[in-house]
Amino acid sequence: MGPENVAFAVIAASMVFSAIRVVTTRNIVHAALYLVIVLAGIAAQYILLASEFLAWVQVLIYIGAVLVLFLFGIMLTKAPMRGDNDLDNDQRWPAAIASLFLAGVLGTILVDGYGDVEIAEPEQIVRTGDLGRTIFHDWVIPFEVVSMLLLGALIGAIVIARRD
Amino acid sequence: MALNQFLLLSLFLFCTGVYGALVRRSGVLVLMSIELMLNAANLNLVAFSAFYKGELSGQVFALFVIAIAAAEVGVGLAIVLLLYRNLSSADLDRADSMKG
Repeated sequence: MGPENVAFAVIAASMVFSAIRVVTTRNIVHAALYLVIVLAGIAAQYILLASEFLAWVQVLIYIGAVLVLFLFGIMLTKAPMRGDNDLDNDQRWPAAIASLFLAGVLGTILVDGYGDVEIAEPEQIVRTGDLGRTIFHDWVIPFEVVSMLLLGALIGAIVIARRD
Repeated sequence: MALNQFLLLSLFLFCTGVYGALVRRSGVLVLMSIELMLNAANLNLVAFSAFYKGELSGQVFALFVIAIAAAEVGVGLAIVLLLYRNLSSADLDRADSMKG
């Protein structure tokens, strides 16, 4: 077991614990803070997969921007900041069965299909410049569509949330 | 590193997100569970991008997913705020005026 596997195991264990806490904790602010650990763990996994640009995008956008939005949402909706027994509805068992069923089906397919596939050591380092060249050479039209979508979402969020 | 370790981790995150989106009452917590699912999909894309050497489309798609997730959180939180203003709570179970 190489050092990268040890790193993976440590990060994955903390991510699994925090993900369970995000959906089970009784304190809404704690859920947001556990979500930080999951998102930072995802960024660390991106570094293990040698895609450092995505790791920093993850840190900047998710931990920097999306989490602040979530905390604002918690405060603006006057959610109970202390522990509250009423955060879950009464569908716990059906929801657990549905997600376990999904995990069983997809897990069987993954183990069957990719059971012994290894990710080889990269022969050359993929730099951020290569990623930029791929975006602006092969994917430039989807990139422009995404920017229009962001503009639409910005205007839509202002229109929905403003008081008139 | 096995490819499957990343895929199974992402599967776990996705199923946790499904559970959270189904059981949580607060709109903000449902949006957090949706973020878990989107991040699981991203991890999948990046793992396959690392598996196929020299193919960067997976990372490009992960970037697109991150941008769309940011837009989704913005609009979603605006909707939750509107819900809170109309019902004076962010409890999604109380938004049932279209229930038959």
